[in-house]
Amino acid sequence: MDREQQLHSYWKKTLTYIFILLSIWFTVSCLFGVIFVEQLDRFSLFGFPLGFWFANQGSLFIFCLLIFIYVRLMNRLDQKYDVYED
Amino acid sequence: MSILVWTWTLVSITFFLYIAIALYARSTSTSDFYAADRSLHPILNGMATGADWMSAASFLSMAGLISFMGRDGSMYLMGWTGGYVLLAMLVAPYLRKYGRYTVPEFIGDRYCSQFAKLLAVLCAILISFTYIAGQMRGVGIVFSRFLEVPINTGVVIGMFVVFFYAVIGGMKGITYTQVAQYCILIVAYMIPAVFISIMLTGNPVPFFGIGSSISPEGASMLGDSSAQGRHLLAVLNDLHTDLGFAEFTSGVRPKIDVLFVVIALMLGTAGLPHVIIRFFTVPRIRDARASAGWALIFIVLLYASAPAVAVFARTNFITSIHEVPYEQAPDWFKSGEQTGLIAWVDKNGDGRIQYGPGAAIVGKPKQTGHTGAFGQQLVKNIHTDNANEIYVDRDIIVLANPEIAALPNWVVALVAAGGLAAAMSTAAGLLLVIASAISHDLIKGVLMPSISETGELLWARCAAAGAVVVAGLFGIFPLGFVAQVVAFAFGLAASSFFPVIVMGIFSKRVNVYGAFSGMLAGILFTTIYIGYFTLFNPAANTPDNWWFGISPEGIGSVGMLINFSLLILVSRFTPAPPIDIQEKVKNLRYPVDRDRGETRISSKARRIY
Repeated sequence: MDREQQLHSYWKKTLTYIFILLSIWFTVSCLFGVIFVEQLDRFSLFGFPLGFWFANQGSLFIFCLLIFIYVRLMNRLDQKYDVYED
Repeated sequence: MSILVWTWTLVSITFFLYIAIALYARSTSTSDFYAADRSLHPILNGMATGADWMSAASFLSMAGLISFMGRDGSMYLMGWTGGYVLLAMLVAPYLRKYGRYTVPEFIGDRYCSQFAKLLAVLCAILISFTYIAGQMRGVGIVFSRFLEVPINTGVVIGMFVVFFYAVIGGMKGITYTQVAQYCILIVAYMIPAVFISIMLTGNPVPFFGIGSSISPEGASMLGDSSAQGRHLLAVLNDLHTDLGFAEFTSGVRPKIDVLFVVIALMLGTAGLPHVIIRFFTVPRIRDARASAGWALIFIVLLYASAPAVAVFARTNFITSIHEVPYEQAPDWFKSGEQTGLIAWVDKNGDGRIQYGPGAAIVGKPKQTGHTGAFGQQLVKNIHTDNANEIYVDRDIIVLANPEIAALPNWVVALVAAGGLAAAMSTAAGLLLVIASAISHDLIKGVLMPSISETGELLWARCAAAGAVVVAGLFGIFPLGFVAQVVAFAFGLAASSFFPVIVMGIFSKRVNVYGAFSGMLAGILFTTIYIGYFTLFNPAANTPDNWWFGISPEGIGSVGMLINFSLLILVSRFTPAPPIDIQEKVKNLRYPVDRDRGETRISSKARRIY
């Protein structure tokens, strides 16, 4: 595979990661925290109604987690495709 | 020592600390001034970003906002944190690779147009001034509440300190002061939160305390032994229903509006220039990605505690005043009356305080200067005809927290220092955007391209100095609508910068025609909608008149969609950008190509940490 193609597939991989992670991002905030909040409120988690928890704390914690997963995935990908920095 | 002495001492110490740091880390080159010589460790940069991000409003008003809005308040929590995920994945690493100093510079180069750049400069300055006006006012308000000086004197003192460290220190000085300011503000926020959490639930972690059940001590503090062992949120919900409020954990705002506000705030965050430029200060792409994560952790520490503080304070607020005779009202209630944060009008003349839904009086309390039959401050305002007798400003929630938790005087002083740190750190970050937009984009980029580095640095310092003065004037003579147009900063950022930056990176095809029409349409639409409902016709600002039920706060999302659509459509029907631009865009997509012997994004990028 020539370099041009390699860089192209690096970019495709990056886009896939971003797409998956941002889908989770959208789901926990806009879907769980806003749109389906009442349906989720029927369940409870450590004394929170679940939807309320997602809106107030859950989504924030998951956001942090998502960024660090992204950082790890990208650092590995950089190594694999030989585009990492010193 | 009294609260006043403690506050003066702590505030003076922190101010000297900021100035000392700025002197130690002063900028000597333009690279220092705009980007701290690109030498920061991601954790350090994350901390500075946290302080930069959390303003006087986050520190003083956020918990209060949630306290009075219930679940609807969570739209601010999600909106103001979710943007960092977008920053990390869609913006920061690519703009860092691009390797310049400002956002307008990227837009000007990517779309190879001076016009697009000037439009971006205008937006950056407009957004930053809207935002900064509130910060200087915030400094003045903290001074007047805690230090008993007039608001204007407070603004002037704040101006001097910010002037000193922003003008001399530049990005480098600001960064290190922001790190100190973050530490102060987070400690000031967490101490009362932790203690109140322990008092009510026995759980020292506020995040978990909010979901815990009430401890025996907590039940006696609330004066309700039956509450013991029940979940805090359930108890608060019952209190709410008893008084005629909607349950705390339920929302009253239309879903569509909440959704659009959340999206506008998230995308606005990812388009705010003072946040984006923070990612230019790290040496490597991977550091830019990581610092977004660290920044979010530092921010979430405070934001996830805010609902806890809100719930603790709300429960305590209701139980300690409702149906309580005025003479037995807690001290913070009476000191709140003195500062106009609380007012009590005894509508039924029984000497007891009744609290309920609806506004007790029309407008903000105007005290007559006399006291009533029970010793309460009388107000001139017209009474409404509901049963609620209490006017309460949401800021009381954070301000009264240390007193509610019976914490020593130095904690109150620390809260004051924390509020000032939050306001000044944000102001400094915004000043830098204004300074660099003028000196780098306007002077160096357009008017005098051949200016020397020393000359540019001088211009940068002058611009920062000028901006401090203008910001101070906004603080002293607040425009009546400033408070209402903070939403405007986010709406504007979401509808102008976010689409052109993201598409500029992720599409090789978008061109200047698309960018220009998209930005212009997005800004105009958002400005007109917000302007109509907040400036020209505030009376019409009700859900019935909103388009599709979207409030002015959330309209930035629609502006953003308009911008995106025009950007893509117009670009499709106009010629593609030049080949060399397309090559440059392709170049942004990977950190370095080691096959071509690159090991760093630029020869100047050093790692000092």
